[in-house]
Amino acid sequence: MTAKLRLLIPQLLVLGGVIALGADLVHNTLANLARQGIATGFGYLDRQASFGIGEGLIAYSPADTYGRALLVGLLNTIEVAILGCVLATILGVAVGIARLASNWLVRTLAGAYVEAVRNVPLLLQLFLWWNVFRIVPPPPRGAWRILPGFFLSNRGLTIPLPSLAGGWHWDVPHLAGFNFVGGHTMSPEFAALLVGLVIYTAAFIGEIVRAGIAGVPRGQSEAAMSLGLKPWPILALVILPQARRIIIPPLIGEYLALTKNSSLAVAIGFPDLMSITNTTLNQTGQAIEAIALMMAVYLGLSLTTSLALNLYNARIAARER
Amino acid sequence: MPALVWMRRNLFNGIASSLATLVALYLLLRGLWAVLRWGVLDAVWSAPDGRTCRALGGGDGACWAFIGHWYRFIIFGRYPYAEQWRPALVIVLFMALVLASCDPRLWRRGALLGAIWVAGLALCFALMHGGVAGLPVVTTDLWNGLPLTLMLAVLGLVFAFPLAVLLALGRRSHLPIMRALSVGYIELVRGVPLITVLFMASVMLPLFLPAGVNIDNLARAQAALAFFYAAYLAEVIRGGLQAIPRGQYEAADALGLSYWQKTGRVILPQALTIAIPPLVNIFIAAFKDTTLVTIVGLLDLLTTAGNAITDPQWRGFYVEAYTFVAAIYFVFCFFMSRYSRSLERSLGR
Amino acid sequence: MSEVPMIALDRVEKRFGAFHALKGVSLSVARGEKVVICGPSGSGKSTVIRCVNRLERHDAGRIAVDGRELTDDPKQIEAVRREIGMVAQQFNLFPHLTVMQNLTLAPVRVRGMKPAEAEALALHFLERVHIPEQAAKYPGQLSGGQQQRVAIARALAMRPKAMLFDEPTSALDPEMIKEVLDVMVSLAEEGMTMIVVTHEMGFARRVADRIVFMDAGQIVEESPPAEFFSAPKSERAQLFLSRILGH
Repeated sequence: MTAKLRLLIPQLLVLGGVIALGADLVHNTLANLARQGIATGFGYLDRQASFGIGEGLIAYSPADTYGRALLVGLLNTIEVAILGCVLATILGVAVGIARLASNWLVRTLAGAYVEAVRNVPLLLQLFLWWNVFRIVPPPPRGAWRILPGFFLSNRGLTIPLPSLAGGWHWDVPHLAGFNFVGGHTMSPEFAALLVGLVIYTAAFIGEIVRAGIAGVPRGQSEAAMSLGLKPWPILALVILPQARRIIIPPLIGEYLALTKNSSLAVAIGFPDLMSITNTTLNQTGQAIEAIALMMAVYLGLSLTTSLALNLYNARIAARER
Repeated sequence: MPALVWMRRNLFNGIASSLATLVALYLLLRGLWAVLRWGVLDAVWSAPDGRTCRALGGGDGACWAFIGHWYRFIIFGRYPYAEQWRPALVIVLFMALVLASCDPRLWRRGALLGAIWVAGLALCFALMHGGVAGLPVVTTDLWNGLPLTLMLAVLGLVFAFPLAVLLALGRRSHLPIMRALSVGYIELVRGVPLITVLFMASVMLPLFLPAGVNIDNLARAQAALAFFYAAYLAEVIRGGLQAIPRGQYEAADALGLSYWQKTGRVILPQALTIAIPPLVNIFIAAFKDTTLVTIVGLLDLLTTAGNAITDPQWRGFYVEAYTFVAAIYFVFCFFMSRYSRSLERSLGR
Repeated sequence: MSEVPMIALDRVEKRFGAFHALKGVSLSVARGEKVVICGPSGSGKSTVIRCVNRLERHDAGRIAVDGRELTDDPKQIEAVRREIGMVAQQFNLFPHLTVMQNLTLAPVRVRGMKPAEAEALALHFLERVHIPEQAAKYPGQLSGGQQQRVAIARALAMRPKAMLFDEPTSALDPEMIKEVLDVMVSLAEEGMTMIVVTHEMGFARRVADRIVFMDAGQIVEESPPAEFFSAPKSERAQLFLSRILGH
């Protein structure tokens, strides 16, 4: 009995301390909120937002609620995260393989890219890209035509989109007056965020891929070479399937990092979850609810991704026995 | 001729390789030439204001006069001009403290290392703040630029360290409540972006405190960084703890050491040594992450550059400004990562 | 009998940085001949056969396989590797593929065989090494001896003109050595050209047409087994044999 008590007492003391601290914080908070006349509770989500949002995946107007505004922001965050992860993976795998190429120039250039990008803060790179996309291209009237239907102007990147309205056809943008009509325009903010995140994260993914490939025992590639297989089939059929197991866990970590880094959108004016939460709490003053909600969402995204990783790992472990 | 042989084997071994070499060389030379033209040949090295600078360079070259004019503001921010020798000294002191900690001989003498840090930090604080030895007081809102960046990163990790050790030990503890609290904290903090934690500290902390108690904005951001990195440091330290063979724990137990004696004298010293390379990587990340404090109104190195760009006399030289700042970050981070890699090798990972 | 040797090395040199691994090695292996290379560790025996299928690049001298010279040209290298099979000390089976997939990978990808044909071929060779029932298993589920036999079958599935063995039994537990050596003996009896680097002197005595003794990067002695074992000419060979056969 005494041994158990000895273990129990410090735990209860710590728990008690944490609870006491929590109670004190709550008490102070309620007092301060009352003093400043700030409401509590999530009722504000149903109030009218009264601010505009530049771009989003669903329809929104300032007459909509804060709740809907936050949903727009969340969808923007998810859009950037998914596109970013896909593109960063493609670029990252290419960079990782390039780092192990037999061609010295390719290897060195890939290495220079990784070092340059990893040692400079992401926010700085985002600011750079944002200025580039905003300032460098000409106005829509003189926009650069990259490909038929693809235009780069200081309003952003305008691309054609497939459209179902009135039969299956391509909605190709064309110049009407001072701006483009049709197609879809990605704002400079969106382009800067996406390009910046992809280039930054791809450098880290490149290192992960390189370490994974290098982690496959040399005997494997030697055996494949002895059988007469050529370099690319060796990479695809023998090396990468084995490297995959080493690569996946840290790769998922990078996806998480990219998703969290997308919150830097608030610094360049892209309306993601963080930005809209910022606007909301500035207007309603209900900082606690707004921030708590936002943290809960990011936490949810993180935990979901971790869960997916654990499931994948379990499946791989079961299959390879 | 060995050079030709090397080129044949490393640059032109096969059709695809040769093609890649030619394309890469073409792009590289085009790029280098463009950078050379912009940065050196067409650049303007001295001008009284932005418009003149642009006119002189024909609008195409870099305006290094901008950096010449603004570098002190970018590095020191709004710290009073005449007193800027103080933050300069602080920068040197911080670097000296970090370099001293890299000396393996000091890792055994924990108390001495601790004393050096305490003395060093006290000196830095005295220099920055003033109010002693006849130095005029400079309030924390004027602590800007590179000294602020260094301070946030270094102190962020220094203050995070004790909490990180407790969290790491707590996560491995057999006591369920300790473990639950530690896991909860670590997973919560690691699942959210740093910006949200900074926001929380900046906006929510004043609400948590009793009325009338005010915490300075800088201290709030510093605390946020410390609490944030404690979670990441904890995972690294936990990795170090896990890497220690069970035999060490058993030997310490067999000798009759108590939990705290065993942990403090046998386990932690070994765990921390293993954890040093990843710890340096976290420091590099923290150093880069200090740029986020711009969101809560602090003027770090990146923000001062951003302010310089918007000056009416010198508008729009964002490439020059960001290149300058990027170079500073690159130098710090590159050498730290080189150090981390050489550590990994010498510690025999 | 063709004039052209199956494998010919002419004054081959190889350095690893400052270490001079091969100092002018000349060796000629005729079609159907079985050569066993032995010697102390660091003598260059593994390096020699790794140069033959270009796992290492020789710095000087010439190597030719069935008349085809081994140069830096990738096409030549691939052609040579197709005709030579190699079995290494560590088996190097592909762990993420089944035994059957391990065997059919190269015939399908390199020789362009149809999968059904390749599978029939694979089964034939699995029977040859006495483990047809393991076809659907993963390498991790097999014993060391079984894995090495699969490695031999995998190399044979490419119908090579010659086989290289780099200490094939050194990584095996003693009770599994015999099953692998038996397969190698039957292979030898069928007339396969073989170069075997090994310490197994019993095998060498039984199978080898010639024993090549290497030391410090050079071939010190070359003679038929009977001669080599009973009356080695050089002092170094005598020393080596006394150590090897002593236990």
